[in-house]
Parts: sequence; C-alpha cells; structure tokens
Amino acid sequence: MNNLKGIYALWYREFKVFIREKSRLGFSVINPLVWLLVVGGGLGSVVSFDGVNYRTFIYPGILIQSVIFSSIFFGVYIVLDKKIDFMKEVLVAPISRTAMFVGKVVGGSTDALIEIVTLLVIGFILESTGILTGVSINFVSGIVSLGFLLSTTVAMVSLGLIIGSQMESTEGFQLVASFLLFPLFFLSGALFPITNLPSWLSPVVFCNPITYSVDGLRGILIGISKFNIGLDFAVIGTFALITILIGTFAFKSMEV
Amino acid sequence: MNVIDTRNLTKKYKEVTAVDDLTLQIKEGEIFGLLGPNGAGKTTTLLMLTTLRKPTSGTATINNFDIVRQPDKVRKSIGIVFQDPSSDEVLTGYENLKLHRWLYGMPGDLAERRIKEVLELVDLTKRKNDLVKKYSGGMRRRLEIARGLMHHPKVLFLDEPTLGLDPQARGHIWGYIKKLAQEEKITIVITTHYMDEADNLCGRLAIIDEGKIIVSGSPGELKKKFGGDIVRLKAKNLNIGALKKLNYVNKVEKRDDEVSLTVKDTNEHLQEILMLAGKVESVEVHSPTLDDVFIHYTGRTIREGAPEGGWAQKAMAFKTKR
Repeated sequence: MNNLKGIYALWYREFKVFIREKSRLGFSVINPLVWLLVVGGGLGSVVSFDGVNYRTFIYPGILIQSVIFSSIFFGVYIVLDKKIDFMKEVLVAPISRTAMFVGKVVGGSTDALIEIVTLLVIGFILESTGILTGVSINFVSGIVSLGFLLSTTVAMVSLGLIIGSQMESTEGFQLVASFLLFPLFFLSGALFPITNLPSWLSPVVFCNPITYSVDGLRGILIGISKFNIGLDFAVIGTFALITILIGTFAFKSMEV
Repeated sequence: MNVIDTRNLTKKYKEVTAVDDLTLQIKEGEIFGLLGPNGAGKTTTLLMLTTLRKPTSGTATINNFDIVRQPDKVRKSIGIVFQDPSSDEVLTGYENLKLHRWLYGMPGDLAERRIKEVLELVDLTKRKNDLVKKYSGGMRRRLEIARGLMHHPKVLFLDEPTLGLDPQARGHIWGYIKKLAQEEKITIVITTHYMDEADNLCGRLAIIDEGKIIVSGSPGELKKKFGGDIVRLKAKNLNIGALKKLNYVNKVEKRDDEVSLTVKDTNEHLQEILMLAGKVESVEVHSPTLDDVFIHYTGRTIREGAPEGGWAQKAMAFKTKR
C-alpha cells in the first residue's frame, strides 16, 4: 500500500514537471517532424520501398526513433537528482527500491505516451491531408501501435534509468546513452528495409530488439513487415521485462 | 531514555576509515551537535544512522530499531534535512510536501492538517503555492525542515543546516530550530562545522575528528574543561620565561611577538601578568569559545578545509539544469 503511494508520488512529480516544461514536449515533437518532412521528403522524391513512398516507409521508424531517444534520455534526471540531494530524500523514504524504480518508469513512460499520442495524431492529420499516403491510422491500429510503442518506451526508459543509476555525471550519461542509441536506431531498419541486407549486416540487425519494434509497427501502420507481429511483440515484450529486472537490481545496488 | 544508541559504529572506505568505532548515546528531547571539520566523518555517521549507507562493522539503534536489521522502521522514525537542496524546484512548496506525504504513506486528512501546521511553523504558508525556484536559499531550507517534520519523526537530523546562508538567514533558521524543539518535542541531531551554531543551539555536543569522538559534553562543560580565560598579549621584549612560571597560567603559546595564555581567575591575576610580560602594546581577554576548545583538542582550527561551495551556491548552480 505504502509502495503504491510511493509510486504515485514519483509519477506525480514527473508528470507535473513535464507539463510545466512545455518546451520538452515541443522539441520532442518538432524533431521527428523534421526527420519525416526533410529526410523523408528529400529522399522520398527518388526512393520508394515495397511500393510505398519513402516518407510513408519511415513514418513508423521515426515514431520509434522519437520514443527511444526521449525515453533513454529520461534517465538523465536520475543523475540530476543525485547531484542535489533529492535522490536521498526518496531513498530514505520507507518505500522499496522496486517501487522507486517502477515509479520512475511509469513517470518517464507517461511523458513518452503524451509524445506518442501527439505524433500519432499528427500522423493522422498528415494522412488525411494527403501529405502522408498509405498510412492507416484508425482506432484499432492506433491502440495496437500504442501497445508496441509503450513496450518499447518501458524498455528504453528502464535502460536509461539503469545507465543513470550507475553514472555520476550528466556528461558521462550522455556519452553512454548516445553510444547505445545510435546503433539501436540505425541498425533497426527504421530507415531501410531489412529484407535484403548484406550478409554481414543482417545478424547485427536481427539481434537488435528495436528492429522488432519497427517491424511490428510498420506491419500495423503500413502493412509491410518481415516477421509475424506476434513474434515482434514477444521480442520487444521480453526485452522490456529483462530491462525492468536489471533496472530493479540496479536501483537496489545504488549507493549515495 | 536513549533515542539513539551507537555501538562501535565503523565505516571504512578502501583505505580511509571515515568513522572509527563510534559509541554515542543521545537522549530523547536533546538538541545534539556533531562538530568537526570537513571530512571528519559527520556526514558519513549521519548517512549510516539514516540507513543510506551500511556500516562496515558495529551498529546503532534509533527509537529502539536497529539501523542494519530494521531499516524500514528506522526510516519511519526519522526526518532528515540534507546538506544539499533536496526539494524539486519545478514544483511548488506545497507540492513538495504532498510528495513527501505519499512517500511516507500518510492518510489524506491527517496529512493536509499536518502540512498546514508545519508550513505555519516555518512561516511559509503565504508562499506555499510558489515554485521552489522562486524561493531564497533560506526559504528553501525552511521548507525542507518543514518536510522533515511532517511525518512526526522521533529524531530530526539536520546536516549543516545553515551552510552557505547569509548571517540573517542563519539567525532565522536557528530561531526555527529552537522553536520546533520546543513545540514538537523531538530529538534533533545537527552536524555543523560552525562553532557558534553549536554553541547557540546544542544542549550537548561531540567534537569528532578523523572519525573519532575527541570530547563530548555541554558547551559550558567543554569551555570549563578548557581551564580558564584566554589572554592575548602583544609586547616588546616579551618575558615568556616569567609567565610560564606562574602557577595560574595553564598554557603558553607564542606566535611572533604575540603570546596567548590560558589563565585561571583572570580578574585577580591580570595586573601581575601585565607587569611581568614586558612592554605591553596590546592586551585582549576573552572567555573561551568552542573554537578555542576545538583548537585545544585537535591542534588546528576548524576552518582549515571548510566544505567546498555552499548549499545556496549549489542550489543556484542547479537552478538552470532541469
């Protein structure tokens, strides 16, 4: 009971801070739009895959990109909390470390959820106005996409928190997070199809859990996928579970 | 009754022993001071007592709960105001208190009443709906004191409560600490490296250096142990030999052409001292302060190695980061 209230407390804090710092939502939405319109638009004039325009092709990938970037960087707030004594205030409260971790994950995922919904709505508007063709965003596909995006978010927020719990400085955090993010993103098939990859590249891409997020989401939104959607969901779900377990452990071993 | 009881509490880091075999009793209702220079082991002691760090050996009980075996019960019995800012500045003062309420599982109506009470105690009722980033360093500290009191702890720990505050704000904080000691009837443990602060607030204190308690007692007792007043003389052709022979002079220390004497019953003997000293240029007599006590026991001043930066400076530095 006490732990549930503790989780609520941590969630409340993240949510309040997020809605007060409106620029955070602004930038997290502008960035993917730039990718979609500039990269998608620029290459879209000459490139198309599987019969769909490049801009349409990368829309699911860009959604995943924006989610994994903002989710993992959420972990930096743990480092900032450690720099002042806010972290100690939480650590000394009579709630379990697991509750603390869950509270942070729920908080970070809420931020990302708001971002996801905004991007889906923008996608819907772009589709209705004909800027983005061949994307099917309706109630059902919207809900299933949310499921995919949220599992990815939970996994990446957990990953960010794991890094944050072990780091002393924000610079160190940025370094490690970027080091992980770029391969996760570029080797996920967010920007290219994964059907005919060179033989040296495909094992790396298939080992990347984010590949399955992108594949599943692309299957739902534009009907192109390499794997069964069930398999995609199973992989990303398992990845989320593993990061949650490691994260709980990382929080338990965290010293101030 | 002892509300805090430490037995051979020890914390070793790789090569350093930060807290060395600390045995200490603190009674219910006391304001107890842990004094010492930076790095003396005050904060480590506090972190162990508040269950944030595990002792290497030894243990302690707080409110009869063991800090190693029953950390959750200890946590419910204590409130802490940390050295660095520990409130979220993008939230209002009231919201910070609400967070605390949930973290400590306080039921709603009780919590709201208590929030009102503690806000009044630290005079922040009018500013409760302002964001903490609009608060001054002193106000933020007061908010954190209020928060530490919310869940009716048996013991309130204050880690360097006035570090980095201006003199006026320090005076205010002292006032609040005294007031809450009276009104809330709780035990307060303060760590500080300000001797005047300890003198002003603490009923009893322990001076620690290099992880060990060097001496403890009430400020009055400690000054008495010092053995007299301090007479500082500046004179030409100073006759130290003659001064050393006087049986009411306990200690003679020479620095350049100045000499510092510890003298019993100064009123009766000052005349004689001045006559023997030589051609006196200036003389200064004062009763011993805790600073003198500290130098007496450790051989150095407490200001050597003062903490880096101040609480308020850190608060400012982090304002822009979130």
